[in-house]
Amino acid sequence: MSKKAECIAMLLAGGQGSRLGILTKNIAKPAVPYGGKYRIIDFPLSNCVNSGIYTVGVLTQYQPLELNDYIGNGAAWDLDRANGGVHILSPYQQIKGSEWYKGTANAIYQNINFIDRYDPEYVCILSGDHIYKMDYSKMLAFHKEKNADCTIAMLEVPWEEASRFGLMLVADDGSITAFEEKPEVPSSNKASMGVYIFTWKKLREYLLADEADPNSSNDFGKNLIPAMHNAGERLFAYHFDGYWKDVGTIDSLWEANLDLLRPSVDLDLSDDDWRIYSKSPASPPHFVSEAANVENSMMAEGCCIDGDIDYSVLFADVVVEEGAKVDSSIIMPGTVIKKGAVVQYAIVAENAVIESGAVVGEKPENVPNRDDWGVAVVGAGVTVGEGAKVAPKAMAGEDVPAAK
Amino acid sequence: MIRANDVLAIIHSNSYDEALPALTNMRTMGSVPFGGRYRLIDFTLSNLVNAGIGKVGVLTKSNYQSLMDHLGTGKPWDLSRKRSGLFLLPPFLLGETSTNDNRIEALKGNMNFISRSSEEYVILADSNVVTNFDVNELMKFHEETNADISVVYKKGKTPSLSNIMTFDIDADSRVKAVSVGADEEESNYSLNIFFMKKALLERLINEAFAMHKKSMTVDIFQANYATLRICAMENKNFAVSIDSLDTYYRANMMLLDKENRNCLFNKKRPVYTKVRDDMPALYAIDSKVKNSLVSDGCEIKGEVNGSVLGRGVKVEKGAIVKNCVLMQDCFIGAGAHLENVILDKNVVIKPGKTLVGADDYPVYVGKRIVI
Repeated sequence: MSKKAECIAMLLAGGQGSRLGILTKNIAKPAVPYGGKYRIIDFPLSNCVNSGIYTVGVLTQYQPLELNDYIGNGAAWDLDRANGGVHILSPYQQIKGSEWYKGTANAIYQNINFIDRYDPEYVCILSGDHIYKMDYSKMLAFHKEKNADCTIAMLEVPWEEASRFGLMLVADDGSITAFEEKPEVPSSNKASMGVYIFTWKKLREYLLADEADPNSSNDFGKNLIPAMHNAGERLFAYHFDGYWKDVGTIDSLWEANLDLLRPSVDLDLSDDDWRIYSKSPASPPHFVSEAANVENSMMAEGCCIDGDIDYSVLFADVVVEEGAKVDSSIIMPGTVIKKGAVVQYAIVAENAVIESGAVVGEKPENVPNRDDWGVAVVGAGVTVGEGAKVAPKAMAGEDVPAAK
Repeated sequence: MIRANDVLAIIHSNSYDEALPALTNMRTMGSVPFGGRYRLIDFTLSNLVNAGIGKVGVLTKSNYQSLMDHLGTGKPWDLSRKRSGLFLLPPFLLGETSTNDNRIEALKGNMNFISRSSEEYVILADSNVVTNFDVNELMKFHEETNADISVVYKKGKTPSLSNIMTFDIDADSRVKAVSVGADEEESNYSLNIFFMKKALLERLINEAFAMHKKSMTVDIFQANYATLRICAMENKNFAVSIDSLDTYYRANMMLLDKENRNCLFNKKRPVYTKVRDDMPALYAIDSKVKNSLVSDGCEIKGEVNGSVLGRGVKVEKGAIVKNCVLMQDCFIGAGAHLENVILDKNVVIKPGKTLVGADDYPVYVGKRIVI
């Protein structure tokens, strides 16, 4: 039996993120690089540590190798601890057989033993898909104050986008009166952020009931929370006011990265009081040469720049040779962009090579039909041959031969 | 075959503090910031660790608070271990008269640590030398030359350090003569990396101490080169022995050269340092950066040319920074103009101020000063 913890966090990190296409071919979505030196999972992990939650279970399932390796013993987030710390929880064999995590609620159900070891009062359920800075301890205080059984973090989204979200109707005292899942005509703009705090005793009860129900798809949003609501448990909405972005699609990942370059966006990563921790590579400071032009961009260490960079985010150890142009793009670690190549409105994954004269992506104004435009993507380790072209919206998952 | 896990390393963190009086006023030579995100001791530590050496003692003398802060448990160098790892060795006073101001006394004072270590070999190094050096090559050299003591030297302009050793070396790499404090322009000067059997070091130090000898160079190397087989290995790579503020400045500037950078930041032997979890550097619209080395956490809105920027440096709009070394968290106000300047940590240059040093005499501004 481990030392009792008041609140522990369970981080759902098993998602494939299939809408990210080749970016998640070999890695789980939470391991996708973001913001020059981070991965998506750095945000919930850093939020936990900064909120005083030092016991975190990370539930992995899809392509866990990179994620497991990245998290390691949790030292990067100060989560290598004698009591608690970070734990990777994969599906495992049991006497009655083995099964994958069938749904979000089932993933937690399969790890009831893990949670029981810490005998917590509260359990915080998080997902590894979002970019946001949030103090979970304030939400926990709210949960306690309301004597709630379940508190759901919500933020107000623009009405025109509301129909893309799971919405809540909230009474004046903060209690949730009804749910709407992606309605065509929304009657609320209060969207769920996928951050929940449960009173563990209650959650445990409902997890067992949910598992016993053969018709349930074992999902928090679809089954477990509605079941609690129908049974009249105390459900509350905690209002979050700040930057939050689901980076589930290529476009939103691209946008969320470039958001860092917009001073008007409320996401400050230089905030000393709320650091986002990550594993840093051992690279020297980056070098910007005489020939280079760098403007309105973010750049990590180890880069060597001789070309032109505008409105872009460059991760560690990227090389941009003379005469190459990078515009409105996200370039992940270790990628080389050779002489005269052009990368625009694109995401280039790790260790890719863009040979000289190649063109990746296109400016939206140069595409006659706007429906044909989209962010171009080059997969990890892919070589785009000399003079070759990667069209807008295209995904180059394999080497692109040189133009003849 | 000498195994790396059979080698004990000892680093002098205060070596030649007096060569950089302004910079080491509040810190040790080892904790002097260098190359944007590093401290000088990072290079020596990384060289040792990259060779597989897992036990490192760091000798201290004075002002070592910043060094302790930097080294912590040794984790960034993988030296935070159950067995071996990093040992910070505080000064140990031997009797009332001792001031612990020479290498013999510093080693003698920690003889307990040295004797109790089970390693057969020992490597000694200073922290004022910036180089990426394969220590395994030195071990191989030591065996091949059948040396009692192996030393590493550099060919070139003799650094102006007190008691610097220069060597005459024969065709078999054997040291034929040792000069101390010679003022020859060009020489084979010592980088003060010494490799030998631990038992030999213990004997030499104990004997010298018993005879009230004070100088490692004169009383150990010069006195013994005829009887001991001292062999010298050349470091042909990028290597700078910091001997003055001017050399410190120039060594930083040398990193703007691609070849030097590739040599010092060899991908096979990375240089490790304490991480700070800054965000990546931000370049604003209209920022103009040329020929510069920029660390994480910098925010640049102005113009930077031919400079080395430490972590978290802010350059405001309209400011011009030319040929400067700015240490971490400096703030350069709007419209300020800096040329040939070294700013220590947390210096604030108020908007519109101008500070220009000479080409061959950079201006130094101390920690936390506001101009």
